Amino acid sequence: MKRFRLDWLVLPALGFGAVIAFWYFSSATWAKELPNPTKTWLASRDYVLKPFEKRGEMDQGILRFTWYSLVLVTKGYLLALVLGTPLGFFLGLSKTFTKTFDPIIQILRPVSPLAWLPLGIILFMGAGKSASELGALFTIAVCAMWPTVLNTAVGVRAVPQDYLNVARVLKLSRAKTLWKVLIPATLPYMFTGFRLSLGIAWLVIVAAEMLTGRPGIGGFLWQEYNALVYEHIILCILTIGIVGFVLDRLMSLIELRFKTA
Amino acid sequence: MPFLQLSDVSKGYGEGPGRTSVLRDISLTIEKGEFVAIVGYSGVGKTTLINLIAGLARPDSGTVTLNDLEITEPGPDRGIVFQNYSLLPWLNVAENIRLAVDQVFPNWAEAKKSRHVDHYIAMVNLTPARDKKPAELSGGMRQRVSVARALAMDPQILLLDEPLSALDALTRATLQDEIGRIWQENRKTVVLITNDPDEGIYLADRIIPLSAGPNATLGPSLTVDIPRPRDRRALNHDPRFKDLRRQIFAYMLESRAAQRVAVSRKLVLPDLEPEDLDRPRPNAGRVGPIRRGEWKRETVEVQ
Repeated sequence: MKRFRLDWLVLPALGFGAVIAFWYFSSATWAKELPNPTKTWLASRDYVLKPFEKRGEMDQGILRFTWYSLVLVTKGYLLALVLGTPLGFFLGLSKTFTKTFDPIIQILRPVSPLAWLPLGIILFMGAGKSASELGALFTIAVCAMWPTVLNTAVGVRAVPQDYLNVARVLKLSRAKTLWKVLIPATLPYMFTGFRLSLGIAWLVIVAAEMLTGRPGIGGFLWQEYNALVYEHIILCILTIGIVGFVLDRLMSLIELRFKTA
Repeated sequence: MPFLQLSDVSKGYGEGPGRTSVLRDISLTIEKGEFVAIVGYSGVGKTTLINLIAGLARPDSGTVTLNDLEITEPGPDRGIVFQNYSLLPWLNVAENIRLAVDQVFPNWAEAKKSRHVDHYIAMVNLTPARDKKPAELSGGMRQRVSVARALAMDPQILLLDEPLSALDALTRATLQDEIGRIWQENRKTVVLITNDPDEGIYLADRIIPLSAGPNATLGPSLTVDIPRPRDRRALNHDPRFKDLRRQIFAYMLESRAAQRVAVSRKLVLPDLEPEDLDRPRPNAGRVGPIRRGEWKRETVEVQ
């Protein structure tokens, strides 16, 4: 019991304490512009304690901003899954398809979201007011889908030959083989991909909002940087981190449910 | 009229000089309702043979026919029990069997299908485990599910590919008894592939040894004229059992002796030097390990 408490309470608290101490030390010595933790808390209190308040377009409670970001991330993420999963299945099932598209995928995969965003905005220039939203969605989808694509492809290739033999002996139709054998056998891999994709989608949102100036946690961060309110930058960073952590935990809970032997 | 017929079937894998011929000149005729066991060493192509009958693989030459129709693809008329069970882990026992029943009898009413599934679950004594997932079952229980699934398809012929080789000896004996009992009830045509001659003799009407590979071929067909039901304990003292056993072992050992294969391999000599402790050690002793270039080679004939 004692040991247990040490693991989940005392040691993490020590870690947080060390970082906060270093933060105090830094703001007092070499980084004079960095607001110390106390100042940060005082400046952020309104945003944290009234998280859903709306005072103006760029002056809202922190959870309200987070909500805007989450809505955009959800849309982009779903788009990534809808595009990525079938692409992964094609890659896993067809050697010719893999040979044709794998090189271009490998080239597009490492491109940063910051590089995609301008292209996204140009693509949807005709959409007028919603150009920035569509551009952001495009960026999230195109950056976040790769883990889903690659994990699904690996999962499909890893389906044991035994299961496919069963499908052949039973003469399952193509559609039935897909739904009754391939998809259930690939689900654990797919969910690993989904979880990684969600992590990336959340990374991308901040960059997308910074560049488009949309209200949201990333947009707020960039606005407060320009307004020289550095305390709020730290508030945003912490919020982004906590939300990302919670999303990842939620996804791994779902992932666990789909683990098959 | 022969029911299942293999004529001059050969099968190999690979291309060009690296090609290995697995089976050659396999000819086999099985009548309806017969229980035939094929016994052979591990890795000589027993599974290849069953895959040819199942239609999961096509022969390089020769033909495989069932009821005078050439086998070109797998189908539910040939029920297979795979060595590694091949149950779908996300379905429970009943659902695994149900998948097969849905596929083979699509026009049956719902109630008839579930009765059919339950009947075969009961046949393999798994009714209490009906709703369990394969991961919750022991190896022996999984293999029973696999048997029930194959039988529930009401196949014309049942192919058992080393169904019991992954099980411990006691479970093995129990399942052998059950396979014998189920066969007595159904009288399906069965091809049993096994690496255990005793198992083959205990269960089958005929037992055929497969020679040592590569290029394995079937040996003489030996009729097991021991009346059923057979008693495992009495069998060990039955002179017919002993004689069959002797014949099978004689054939298989002989076929192995004929396959002399030279294997050459690297020999790394131990890095030791004899030393006379009475004499002072010269400074020019060897230092460091033996290098790659100093490895020796040897060629041995494998019996």
